[in-house]
Amino acid sequence: MVEPILSEPILSVRGLHTSFAAQEGTVRAVDGVSFNVFEGRTLGVVGESGCGKSVTARSILGIVERPGRVTGGEILLRPGDGGAPVDLLKLSPDAMRKVRGREIGLVFQEPMASFSQYYTIGNQIGEGIRLHLGLDAKAARERAIELLDMVGVPQPSRRVDEYPFQLSGGLRQRVMIAMALSCDPRVLIADEPTTALDVTTQAQILDLLRELQEKKGLAIILITHDMGVIAEMAHDVAVMYLGRAVETGPVRDIFRAPRHPYTRALLRSIPTVLAKPRSRLPTIEGSIPHPFNRPQGCAYHPRCVEIIDDQCRTEEPPEAGPETHRIRCFLHGGHKGAVA
Amino acid sequence: MSETLLEVRGLKKHFPIRKGLLRRVTGQVRAVDGVSFSVRKGETLALVGESGCGKTTVSRCILRALAPTAGEINFTIAGKTVDLAKLSRAQLRPLRRHMQMVFQDPYSSLNPRMVVGDIIGEPLLINGMTDRAERRRRVLELMELVQLPAAYINRFPHAFSGGQRQRIGIARALALNPELIVADEPVSALDVSVQAQILNLLLDLQDRLGLTVLFVAHDLSVVKHVADRVAVMYVGRMVELAETEALYSRPLHPYTEALLSAAPTPVPDAVSTRIILEREIADPANPPPGCAFHPRCGHATERCKQERPEMIEAEPGRFVACLRWDELSLRGIAAMT
Ligand SMILES: Nc1ncnc2c1ncn2[C@@H]1O[C@H](COP(=O)(O)OP(=O)(O)OP(=O)(O)O)[C@@H](O)[C@H]1O
Ligand SMILES: Nc1ncnc2c1ncn2[C@@H]1O[C@H](COP(=O)(O)OP(=O)(O)OP(=O)(O)O)[C@@H](O)[C@H]1O
Ligand code: SF4
Ligand SMILES: [Mg+2]
Ligand SMILES: [Mg+2]
Repeated sequence: MVEPILSEPILSVRGLHTSFAAQEGTVRAVDGVSFNVFEGRTLGVVGESGCGKSVTARSILGIVERPGRVTGGEILLRPGDGGAPVDLLKLSPDAMRKVRGREIGLVFQEPMASFSQYYTIGNQIGEGIRLHLGLDAKAARERAIELLDMVGVPQPSRRVDEYPFQLSGGLRQRVMIAMALSCDPRVLIADEPTTALDVTTQAQILDLLRELQEKKGLAIILITHDMGVIAEMAHDVAVMYLGRAVETGPVRDIFRAPRHPYTRALLRSIPTVLAKPRSRLPTIEGSIPHPFNRPQGCAYHPRCVEIIDDQCRTEEPPEAGPETHRIRCFLHGGHKGAVA
Repeated sequence: MSETLLEVRGLKKHFPIRKGLLRRVTGQVRAVDGVSFSVRKGETLALVGESGCGKTTVSRCILRALAPTAGEINFTIAGKTVDLAKLSRAQLRPLRRHMQMVFQDPYSSLNPRMVVGDIIGEPLLINGMTDRAERRRRVLELMELVQLPAAYINRFPHAFSGGQRQRIGIARALALNPELIVADEPVSALDVSVQAQILNLLLDLQDRLGLTVLFVAHDLSVVKHVADRVAVMYVGRMVELAETEALYSRPLHPYTEALLSAAPTPVPDAVSTRIILEREIADPANPPPGCAFHPRCGHATERCKQERPEMIEAEPGRFVACLRWDELSLRGIAAMT
């Protein structure tokens, strides 16, 4: 595979913070996440349940549900015309509506929940096209058929008049992708796009995403908890733990030589078809803390087998490491005893 | 060769499809349509396949939570073999303690108003262990077995993480010293780091207690870590059954090959030639004629469209239902990395 030349990122998330205020306390769902997304490349965002993947996606799109609120950071989008990057967090709701769909498309895990049951899929794909591109109903329908064909829905001119409940899970996800791409966005955010699907259908959808990326130079943010999917699909990866990206860098580097103790432990604990039958897996002790009981210092320290000293228990490790491979762990920078 | 604990023969379960005001039966979902296999004492047999292929229906028939439409379920206990499919509810009752279930969703399978000690102790109480102190001793023993701190005995399930709840579910299933554990997707709702803990626990318990396990799962990676043998289902039928290593390294059925090829591996650049199956899984209410897999199979011929392949013993201990198995040379996992 030829690596695309690293230019300016299309989308750059800097120190993003999003929290939910509740009676029991505040959940820092996203707590200082930074990453870059490039044209023609896929950034995988991976991590266990509750680590903040979906809230990150929702923050980028400006659709965080109440009582959630973005409390800090920047989300810089480079405009298509080569102008200076725009901070999406500073845009008006109206301007943001234009960005959604037009510049950034979104695919969810459960397509059924994101469709209306009362409109045909043609109508639903067409709606965005009419809104953003100003096409009339007839032209929008033609475009919807083209899009369905592009994502591999068989007999698109018949399917365009069907309702979502008439489609299988795999076809629904294809329609969802067609809808997300209807206005030719440059960035696609896919939040667990294949988690609800069977493996053979998952393979079809991942293949489709790869093909569309090649054709259109899409920048993709692929959110998943499946390291296998990341290894297969992503160029770069951000590994999240309790609202933080603890390690970010090229997929090959991180899978071959993970540096953060959490990434190392996580990769070792994944079952694979290559294992010896009935072989025990290395485990990570304990479980993910409840977001209200977020540990002091490095949030991973209670489970970490490589913990250095009290600094891990009391201070938050800064981002460190080479420019393209960032790690938040005192083993790699910021430790007063200078272990690194 | 170890003795057989469970022998399933020609098992069928059809669900009627009802339509209209009169709820007339207009068809049948052939959820399980002629499945045969046996489980040896002390082994883990995994039942794998994609959504809707009939895995849960098979396990529910074995536990007689469902009455089979046809077939035999021969269960051997204390040297005596009985066909569970033919027994009445009353006849089944004394046998139930020998077969226990571990569920997928640790959240919904535990009574939120009972403390852990009572949840684990309930089957003991129902089966006549009325002495409180004796029950408590057994509950603590079980908690230790699944590595739950004894101090948690009076807590409610909501105070536990997913992995801990699954441990509670396992302790409860083990309370009556069952012969057979049926675990239906026991780790698929868990986070990766916790999944590994529970899989290891199942392996340890099996070694210590000599349990026999029917492990139902869709994830071939998970199955590789627990199973002695693997049975693959497709649209209500079994297509292949073999020892784990043999099945993964040299599949005999094209569907097994495709499943293995589609399983994502956490190794970048691993797969360059993934098999992408065309179309979707067939509908068990309207399965294709001949081999149900033929519309998606890259090796199908005219004969496959008409003739239904029966399960045959291709090699000692290896079973396959494909008309062309001996002409094909399929790729196992070694060829994929
Ligand atoms: N609407 C909400 N109200 C309160 N807390 C929320 C809300 N949405 C998310 N959170 C909290 O924010 C944190 C991050 O949630 P998020 O949905 O981003 O996790 P995730 O990484 O996408 O997990 P999963 O893999 O389960 O989808 C969690 O602790 C969650 O409980
Ligand atoms: N009570 C029922 N009434 C009608 N159809 C049913 C019933 N239970 C299951 N089915 C159908 O039988 C088929 C097999 O279902 P089953 O739950 O056994 O599949 P499974 O292999 O366990 O799938 P999954 O991986 O999704 O759990 C499906 O088509 C399902 O819709
Ligand atoms: S019987 Fe034919 S269609 Fe079925 S798996 Fe074998 S080759 Fe493919
Ligand atoms: Mg999520
Ligand atoms: Mg099931």
